[in-house]
Amino acid sequence: MSEHITGAQSLIRSLEAAGVDVVFGIPGGAILPAYDPLMDSRQVRHILVRHEQAAGHAAEGYAAATGRVGVCMATSGPGATNLVTPIADAHMDSVPMVAITGQVPSHAIGTDAFQEADIRGITMPITKHNFLITDAAEIPHAIAAAFHLAGTGRPGPVLVDISKDALTAATTFHWPDRIHLPGYRLPGAPDPASLAAAARLIVDSRRPVLYVGGGVIRAEAHTELRRLADLTGIPVVTTLMARGAFPDSHPQHLGMPGMHGSVAAVGALQSADLLIAVGTRFDDRVTGRLDTFAPDAQVVHLDIDPAEIGKNREVAVGVAGDARLSLTGLAAALVTEHAAGRTGDYAAWWRSLDSWRTTYPVGYDHPSDGTLSPQFVIETLGRIAGPEAIYAAGVGQHQMWAAQFIRYEHPRTWLNSGGLGTMGYAVPAAMGAKVGRPDATVWAVDGDGCFQMTNQELATCAINDIPIKVALINNSSLGMVRQWQTLFYNERYSQTDLHSHRFPDFVTLAAAYGCHGLRCDSPDEVAATIDKAMSLDDAPVVVDFVVHKDAMVWPMVAAGTSNSDIKVARDLAPDWDRED
Amino acid sequence: MREAATTRYTLSVLVEDTPGVLARVAALFSRRGFNIESLAVGPTEVAGISRMTVVVAMDRASLDQVIAQLDKLINVLTIEVLTRDASVERELLLVKVLADATIRSTILEIVTLFRVKVIDVGVDSIIIEATGSTDKLAALLRVLEPYGIAELVQSGVVAMARGARRMIDSAP
Repeated sequence: MSEHITGAQSLIRSLEAAGVDVVFGIPGGAILPAYDPLMDSRQVRHILVRHEQAAGHAAEGYAAATGRVGVCMATSGPGATNLVTPIADAHMDSVPMVAITGQVPSHAIGTDAFQEADIRGITMPITKHNFLITDAAEIPHAIAAAFHLAGTGRPGPVLVDISKDALTAATTFHWPDRIHLPGYRLPGAPDPASLAAAARLIVDSRRPVLYVGGGVIRAEAHTELRRLADLTGIPVVTTLMARGAFPDSHPQHLGMPGMHGSVAAVGALQSADLLIAVGTRFDDRVTGRLDTFAPDAQVVHLDIDPAEIGKNREVAVGVAGDARLSLTGLAAALVTEHAAGRTGDYAAWWRSLDSWRTTYPVGYDHPSDGTLSPQFVIETLGRIAGPEAIYAAGVGQHQMWAAQFIRYEHPRTWLNSGGLGTMGYAVPAAMGAKVGRPDATVWAVDGDGCFQMTNQELATCAINDIPIKVALINNSSLGMVRQWQTLFYNERYSQTDLHSHRFPDFVTLAAAYGCHGLRCDSPDEVAATIDKAMSLDDAPVVVDFVVHKDAMVWPMVAAGTSNSDIKVARDLAPDWDRED
Repeated sequence: MREAATTRYTLSVLVEDTPGVLARVAALFSRRGFNIESLAVGPTEVAGISRMTVVVAMDRASLDQVIAQLDKLINVLTIEVLTRDASVERELLLVKVLADATIRSTILEIVTLFRVKVIDVGVDSIIIEATGSTDKLAALLRVLEPYGIAELVQSGVVAMARGARRMIDSAP
């Protein structure tokens, strides 16, 4: 135990002790000592990416697909600052991730040394916690603490910055038996009295909605959610981060709420008299104008993070705790209510919901000129690849369509950048997901704008035998921005035309990266092209779907307006009072 | 959502004395838009633990949010809201007044009235040290103002709960 090793060896041993099987990263000067013992590790596979941002998103994709802590590594200065975007992304979406960065030698810290950046200072507001380690003896505890913090409670990114002299110094390795974090307390068991009060509100309500967020997926609480829904018959909406937390095939599922949510899901929240919010944070893309959100609803809020309870919306009952425990406890409290003869009567509520659902299904039109509809491509992809596949989206129109038109049945099959809205997430996240779940089919659903931000990782995928598939929804523009220009800027298309129907040639690009490149521009060939892509498993596949650029995402709640002003198409509002 | 009346609250926060902890707390207040009226940091009776006294003016819901967000900082050990009745507060003020021989005796009279101290006398200036509540110090400054305040420096509020109970005992 007490043999002398270097700080770098201690770091690699610590990663092994933490159970790490893969690290995504790029070496450089300050982190170089760590890469030497890493070469000898039999447990830790290092995947050399082409840009540190991709290392971070790959770690996120790995984490989101597996539930385990994702790990990325970079050198000091620019290596570390290139991790800032994925760290911020992981912070917004509560993704468990540990980022390890090299730092200049401790005597040079603060001198503006070559490749010095105060990455601890920079990442303070976008990490759950971070460490600067300048003493080799502290490395094992810092790594143990980082994994504990990242993976427990509300998950999030933790950065460990290690000075080069700490990596080269002689030390001994002791993996800590207990982690000393006196200021870190996890919520205990959910308060039974609060759960009983919540159960009473539920049986007394007439128009309740289960408003489900990504926390249900992070907490692996989908089974408990399903049980509660079945027990009560309450309608369920799943936010962008929660797609897959509740089966789309379930009759109580009304779809996604929010800016591009279904009329039934948005209408349910607006008309509800009770929201049972689980693992969700009343994000502005869900609530629309906050002071008009769900105006008649009382709120029961279950969340692992006490700071989310009451942050944006006042609650009647707040329960801090793990979603799995809270949902189990709430179900038990409801069984007690039911046994006492008190059950909710939601029949009239369901008549309204069913009417909205049948009158305003999420749909789309095929372009009249015979060109390809992006929604049709994504819907067909979901049908052929099926609910066992994993889908990672970029950000924009294609992301919303992938959330709307792919049917999700399982948690951890839908990965996307929800909070930060990071273009370029899809390809590296798909790569990370495929590394974590090698037996699953992993599709990146990407836009031509997003794809060109991180497509260099196709080389990483081809070289490291990570055969992801990319459905490139190529509308030759920054589609969502263009949609806003259409709706709010008098169709003045300032700087949104990417000309990607001309350059680059994505099929040739794919070939250059050692991938299969396919192209499809006709509705008749969509299914056959996807079938072909599904059959190719010896290398990554990129399918360039050349789609119509005027397609828009509907329904839509314009930014800053009330959810009640949702439009199902341009200038077309739903008729809420209609009952069939 | 946040239109309720604002109240002045004094928070006592025990933190691990680690590099960057003040930056974390200050950054949190800045990023979330919480207004700090006063912030004072110093060591406690326990090595390795510092106490921050933070004075904020806000409504109760915002205060709950401040506490919940502070509590998420890993280096924050425990937080208490000190109420006026159950705690004592003091602030330290040094003020330099321009006072030559013609008005020196007037200034010294004020010093006596307020039971504060003169800690430096020069040919044409006096430095006064005062401790007390924020209100008392403000009153002193109002009286000194007409004579010409050359410079002043003020600490943040430090506060402590009354009684035998130690805050550190409720820290983890």
